Amino acid sequence: MKILVLMKMVPDIVEELEVAPDGKSLDLDAARPIVSESDDHALEQALLLKDRLGGSVVTLGVASRDLDDVLFTALAKGSDRAVKVEGVEQPLGTAAVAVLLAEVLPAVPGLMPVDLVVTGCQAIDDLDGLVAPFLAEKLGIPYVGVVTGVEAKAGEGRVTVLKEYAGGVRARYAVTLPAVLGIQAAEKPPRYVPVAKVRATMKTGKIETVAAPAVGIAPAVEVLRMTKPEAAGQAEMLEGDPEAVASKVAEILSARGLI
Amino acid sequence: MGLTSAHGADAQTAVTLETLLEAPGGRELLSCIQCGTCAGTCPYGDVMDWPPRRIIGMLRAGLIEEVLASESLLSCVTCYACMAKCPRGLRLTDLLLPLVKEQAFLHLPEVPAELQKALSNTLRYGNPMGESARKRSAWAATGGVPVRVLAQDPRPVDVLWFVECYTAYHPRGQDNCRATAKLFAALGTDVAILGHEEKCAGECARLAGETGLFDTLMDANLKVLGKYEYARLVTSGVHAYDAFLHEYPRGGFDQPVEHTTTYFASRLEALKPRLTKKLGYTVTYHDSCVLGRHNGIYEEPRRLLRAIPGVKLVEMVHNRINSICCGGGGGGMWLDTYYKAKGYERLADRRVREAVATGADVLAVSCPYEVSRFEDALKVLGHDKQMVIRDVVELLAEALEG
Repeated sequence: MKILVLMKMVPDIVEELEVAPDGKSLDLDAARPIVSESDDHALEQALLLKDRLGGSVVTLGVASRDLDDVLFTALAKGSDRAVKVEGVEQPLGTAAVAVLLAEVLPAVPGLMPVDLVVTGCQAIDDLDGLVAPFLAEKLGIPYVGVVTGVEAKAGEGRVTVLKEYAGGVRARYAVTLPAVLGIQAAEKPPRYVPVAKVRATMKTGKIETVAAPAVGIAPAVEVLRMTKPEAAGQAEMLEGDPEAVASKVAEILSARGLI
Repeated sequence: MGLTSAHGADAQTAVTLETLLEAPGGRELLSCIQCGTCAGTCPYGDVMDWPPRRIIGMLRAGLIEEVLASESLLSCVTCYACMAKCPRGLRLTDLLLPLVKEQAFLHLPEVPAELQKALSNTLRYGNPMGESARKRSAWAATGGVPVRVLAQDPRPVDVLWFVECYTAYHPRGQDNCRATAKLFAALGTDVAILGHEEKCAGECARLAGETGLFDTLMDANLKVLGKYEYARLVTSGVHAYDAFLHEYPRGGFDQPVEHTTTYFASRLEALKPRLTKKLGYTVTYHDSCVLGRHNGIYEEPRRLLRAIPGVKLVEMVHNRINSICCGGGGGGMWLDTYYKAKGYERLADRRVREAVATGADVLAVSCPYEVSRFEDALKVLGHDKQMVIRDVVELLAEALEG
């Protein structure tokens, strides 16, 4: 099975985020990029499928700060190829990214066709998870999102994907290949790769590059204003011994007609 | 952090008896007399598939794949007990076990999740907790005394204080930081920290077998240290102390190194007049593996404790060279879940039972890992009403007059 993994960098929210001077975008210079968590799971799911069925994994991302580290790490983990799309003016909206990918994938030597395209079903800058379904639409192939496991047998032309719903309900879908899958979580947490292995890969491995075509899509949605959460100062701390606090809680609930 | 390193070896694939014997210290394998003292003294010797003696025997017999495929080395908490007791003087914890652990780590089919998270965090954020690298000196604003950060004020300094991770980020570690800052202030020490430029010294990653990560951290720290002029490096972390003393010199580090305990012990005469508050505690001291067995620092912390008015020092059955490991070394800090799943006794529990048996009401420690490990053990065992854990520097700072 031939699997394409799409990976991208997002702002790391462990570090403080800053609003850019324009007041409607994130200060990307101040932010620290990190690989999108569910993309890391998509890579793991692809590697698990390769471990079980053989085949090959190609990892692809649109060039951005620190992406090279992520691609070399993917190679060290077992990805067979790593490809970087260069020449894109960041940032693109979700629809534009999907158009870009649909146009650039056939331009990568020896890449298409693939059996599966996997990527994170969401990212912190794409909570609607629109890139993968948009891409499936452009490629004219099926899409299933929020996937938490993939079962496949070689040569069947289809896979069975697992989805989890609220209340512990699980569903299995048969999907004909080729298909795009939005991975929520791989069957196992992403594997660890020792730093020495990544470093060895940096010496021997190679990141291929491909030029991005011009994408003439203006964003359909405009951000009007971006701010940090504003402190409202509406919390009232109840103090005193447990009896007094309990009476106060009862009073408040009663005053609001809740008890 | 970038993944490049000037010093580290790249991942090796094939390990043979020959490559092991060619490695520095590898030939020591041949002088083992297979007496089994190491296995007997190892705190997890009873639960390992292959305790140290058998690992050496197997390596000599060429059963290298079997050793590397075993999970035994994940149970090595690098407590230096086997090395301290070896009648042949084999540098087990210094050379042989890390050599094997490094290879075993590269061959691990799956790194236990908790350890994996700590290592990934350390690579990315410079601390195993995954806290913001930019907030490494956030505690300093709560110190009560001004703390100079070299990035903002790069003038030459006498003491470069390498704070380390658990001290900088853990809420109880920050108590250690505040105490240390007060003690430096009481002595009038010319001191400064690296702040957000500091990263984990990496010693426990190295001893867990993740030597590539250690090399990356060492390179980053040496690069930052190279920017500043200082007369000595003093660190709050015992593992960092070990790293700067024994490992960083191969990266070119050549400054004098002290642990906060030894630094304050050697300046006790100047400190004593300030230790005026009577504490009224019965204290037992836990020798950390690194300060104690590895570096022979047994008396300095005890001298500090005895200098505190109203402190009565009592000893546990296992003290000094016989001290029982807290279980946090060599990656053990992030293997509690793994050990628990395997059904192993938590070493911190074993140690705390012995501490409680002394009748002391304070268990004094000198390693930042031990505070949280022993506090957890006290709660798990239900002894948290009768005993508290305090770092030696916390007790010293408490004894400073107001």
